[in-house]
Amino acid sequence: MAEGTIEREILIEAPVEVVWRVLTEPEHLQGWFSDTAALDLRPGGAGRVTFDNRPEGELVDVQVQVESVEPPHRFAFRWDHQAGAEADPTNSLHVEFTLLSEGEGTRLKLVEAGFEQSGRESKIESHRQGWATLLPKLLDYAPAQSGEPTR
Amino acid sequence: MSTALAEDRLWAAIGEPSRRRLLDVLLVEGEATPTGLATQLPYSRQAVAKHLAVLERVGLVEPRREGREVRYSVQAGRLEEAIRLMSKVASTWDGRLLAIKRIAEQIHREETASRASNRSPR
Repeated sequence: MAEGTIEREILIEAPVEVVWRVLTEPEHLQGWFSDTAALDLRPGGAGRVTFDNRPEGELVDVQVQVESVEPPHRFAFRWDHQAGAEADPTNSLHVEFTLLSEGEGTRLKLVEAGFEQSGRESKIESHRQGWATLLPKLLDYAPAQSGEPTR
Repeated sequence: MSTALAEDRLWAAIGEPSRRRLLDVLLVEGEATPTGLATQLPYSRQAVAKHLAVLERVGLVEPRREGREVRYSVQAGRLEEAIRLMSKVASTWDGRLLAIKRIAEQIHREETASRASNRSPR
């Protein structure tokens, strides 16, 4: 894994065209990504997603700037920059989805990068370093309910 | 203390590799004295004591006095919080990808079913 990068992939039993729609249509974005989503789906297009963590947390409003739209194989954007600012490597994180046909399904790959350039490296570094040895033990040790995924 | 500041301190405490090694040993031992920990790690007793103090400040370990000894143990609840914090970004994406999979497969099943019913004569 490259420095300051998160890489994930998953095999989906649906054709790339279907996965593409789920990835890019605001109606679906609200099902897997955020509580609200608005997106101008073209390179340079602006978008906005909100995460409603109330009442424990707050309403988080995140800016998105579309970078590449190559249906149905590649979708990339930058996010988490200040509202009104042009997204660039120093102020935002880069997210890229790649969709590859595999049999009758789709292999979906995700790469999120830019933790270092944008000064968010403390999070990724701590995540990456040392957990290989500690994590398996922690998983045995921590009570079962700790596995809840958080947004 | 604000949540963000508390999180930052937790990060700082657990972000240091020697402190993670120390926690690692402490998890296996259950409870240990600074001297006991120093024999199992390449750190002096003084260094171990310093690390323990940092971990204690953020609530990751708890001291228990027994006679002349102080024995330390890991605080499970606080450790869980730290783990959650550290895996937040990645687990976030794991959760999202699973959701994408679920939605896409559901759509695909529905569309396949509706195509099949359109084709078959009734």
